[in-house]
Amino acid sequence: MTTDSAEPKYPEHTYLNDGYSLKSWLLTKDHKRIGILYLISITFFFALGGLFALLIRLELLTPQGDLMQSDTYNKMFTMHGIVMIFFFLVPSIPAVFGNFLVPIMIGARDLAFPRLNLASWYMYMAGAVFALYAIVSGGVDTGWTFYTPYSTAHADSHVISTAVGILIMGFSSIFTGLNFIVTIHRMRAPGMTWFRLPLFIWAHYATSLIMILGTPVLGITIALVGVERALGLGIFDPANGGDPLLFQHLFWFYSHPAVYIMILPAMGVISEVITCFARKVIFGYGFIATSSMLIAILGFFVWGHHMYVSSQSEYAGLIFSALSFLVAIPSAIKVFNWTATLYKGSITFEAPMLYVFGFIGVFTIGGLTGLFLAALGMDRHVHDTYFVVAHFHYIMVGGALMAYLAAMHFWWPKMTGKRYPEGLAMVGAIAVFVGFNMTFFPQFILGYLGMPRHYHEYVPEFQFLHIMSTAGASVLGVGYLIPGVCFLWSLIHGRNAGPNPWEAKGLEWTIPSPPPTHNFEEIPVVTEEPYQYTSEASSVRHS
Amino acid sequence: MSDTLNGQSRLAHHFVDLQQQKSAATLGMWLFLATEVLFFGGLFVAYTLYKLKYYEAFVAGSHELSITLGCVNTAILITSSLTMALGVYGAQTGRKAFACNSLLATLALAGAFLVVKYFEWSAKFEHHLVPGPDFQFDVTHAAAVVANPELLRIEHVKMFFILYYIMTGLHGIHVVAGIGVIAWLYTQARKGVYSAEYYTPVELVGLYWHFVDIVWIFLFPLLYLLGRH
Amino acid sequence: MSLDHILTPRAYLTVFFMLLVLTAVTVYVAFIDFGAWSTPVAMAIAIIKATLVLLYFMHLRYSDGLTWLVIVSSFIMLVALVLITLGDVFTRTMTTAPPALGM
Repeated sequence: MTTDSAEPKYPEHTYLNDGYSLKSWLLTKDHKRIGILYLISITFFFALGGLFALLIRLELLTPQGDLMQSDTYNKMFTMHGIVMIFFFLVPSIPAVFGNFLVPIMIGARDLAFPRLNLASWYMYMAGAVFALYAIVSGGVDTGWTFYTPYSTAHADSHVISTAVGILIMGFSSIFTGLNFIVTIHRMRAPGMTWFRLPLFIWAHYATSLIMILGTPVLGITIALVGVERALGLGIFDPANGGDPLLFQHLFWFYSHPAVYIMILPAMGVISEVITCFARKVIFGYGFIATSSMLIAILGFFVWGHHMYVSSQSEYAGLIFSALSFLVAIPSAIKVFNWTATLYKGSITFEAPMLYVFGFIGVFTIGGLTGLFLAALGMDRHVHDTYFVVAHFHYIMVGGALMAYLAAMHFWWPKMTGKRYPEGLAMVGAIAVFVGFNMTFFPQFILGYLGMPRHYHEYVPEFQFLHIMSTAGASVLGVGYLIPGVCFLWSLIHGRNAGPNPWEAKGLEWTIPSPPPTHNFEEIPVVTEEPYQYTSEASSVRHS
Repeated sequence: MSDTLNGQSRLAHHFVDLQQQKSAATLGMWLFLATEVLFFGGLFVAYTLYKLKYYEAFVAGSHELSITLGCVNTAILITSSLTMALGVYGAQTGRKAFACNSLLATLALAGAFLVVKYFEWSAKFEHHLVPGPDFQFDVTHAAAVVANPELLRIEHVKMFFILYYIMTGLHGIHVVAGIGVIAWLYTQARKGVYSAEYYTPVELVGLYWHFVDIVWIFLFPLLYLLGRH
Repeated sequence: MSLDHILTPRAYLTVFFMLLVLTAVTVYVAFIDFGAWSTPVAMAIAIIKATLVLLYFMHLRYSDGLTWLVIVSSFIMLVALVLITLGDVFTRTMTTAPPALGM
């Protein structure tokens, strides 16, 4: 986008060169450095979760269980789910980009509670240690949902240490959400009114609400599973009149909104990137902002759609079904507004924008198949099949992860001050898109045909689709390596980015890249509405 | 936070003024208490569900608890809430000795609460009212206190005690944590860290302690006073 | 944001005595047979006590609207969680028999 050939100067004082010792990183209270700490940690867990996925896909190449036994396979998909959900997706965008950007975007020098922020990273790491201990000492096989009574009475694997790990990780998530809410309420720069906030901030505000109100319930639920196993206080134990469905209610009270913890920040990223590369004011700012809040609130009341076939009451099912259909509306509002933003924009196709296009298409498919599953009758047919697996991977991998990669490319120059190689990154984006769809689209068909999830063996008729899926996963895996190569390359050979390589709007682009330790020399005064992009090219084209 | 009494030096670099810093800290504490409501909330859901399903057993279990000790502990916690509020008042008005003494009284009352709790729990342990293989409960004796003895099941009484231990246990953990932070507060107050200009930590710990009191205000009738007529 | 509102010890003592009286009341009414209303009555007294603590000991009465919103929304979420869960459990058995398969 920049046409001038003179390379911008690299700033003298940045948060990155403000101390090089290990201590200056491990005891930092700088929200940007904590974001980087999170980036490194969650990248590790992404690789670990990816490794489990690889083993799962390899096993499924053939109809027989030739790579692993059913017990091992149970542990594989459990640990894939636990690592990817609790240790990658839930923290991903909020803990990395939220930490890095929330204060800068609202014109603050740091989050409200820097020490709590550092504590949240240490809690995450402490939770991670327990989870890793469970993994290396033999694994867990309950599924990431820990359904009782299997998890409390029958499972013969490391449930307690995993539960402790998730409990501690939950506190890290609560700390992050609490910090964001207080920061957004109390620390906006003068003139940064609520409706001048970037949509990324609205998305993180909504996400934080879920973290605050939902995570404690997961905490107590998972603690009760641990207590039941360790002390024999069987609160969900049918032998004492306990109700295993109570566990499911409490678990999904958090874990369904947790899906929105993963996707709302992603939607925030999409709103930022799409308006920049369409060079247009975002269409329907108010609708996108309020739809984030609506998703957060409505999302709390749909949890029972995970329990249609669990012997939940028919009436509860009916209500949950209706509410689940309702929650699709705010999501659709966002997609329509993004599309309308593109209309008559001067669109360019840099890597972040390619990920955004990927996101919109894939998320739409993921969202619409969600409606299939919200319908009581259809769900009975495809419940616990690969249709469900494909659906939520379309949301979480196709949606959340692609937005995460869009954010990585979009803000990488801001975080490091370096440009990545655009051509290679675009190849990466295309590989991810193709690989993703090849992996998961066949799973829709598999599920519809009746392939159940959680099985390491299957009838030979399904093999063709499974081979396709595994082949796609290989493309996807390579696709994920390409951005890694780009970013590492950029650290050594990348051109200096300058403060605003994308000519984007927003306070984060008004300060040097990488930013200095305290972000702003003087707290900025905000005088204009967000996303005031002027599309010179398009005005020439249409005049 | 620095130990100097000059207000400005307590301003962390990222806040504009002390007012902003204080309002951020207070909002943070209230948000934390909101998470606590839902953390205990999971247990209240379980309690409500099982109490409605197994009312007879819950009445029978409740009769095993001592109303006297429950009342004493309620009074102790309410008094400790009062002394905590007075501690905040002392800090607000710059009365150092008054604030310190109030915090000390709060600590003593919190300790007394735990002592009473200890005696209650150990009495239950002696009577084998502990869920587990040794659980013993005289159903025929309990049948006298419930309206529909034919609905009374020993395993449901067990569920009552499971909830009793987990709920009072989690509350007790909060009391212990409260003792920790109030003790820290006391040492700081002794050093003269707090003044009429700066007393946010006292105020925030006070909020936490009152919340612990509120939890008990609900636990007491739910666990001790079922079907007493 | 008027947290700086300072209540007098006399006000705290008044609230304290009201809390003690309400504790006595809740014990007293526990021995009266209200039938199905026993728990609601006990809960109503507990809510009044908690409200007193919130309003005066915790200064909620002198706090801004946001603080109210935080604490009220947490209670609303808790009540929703309880009611929806109970709504499922106690309608589970009220199921209509599936129509016979016409074979």
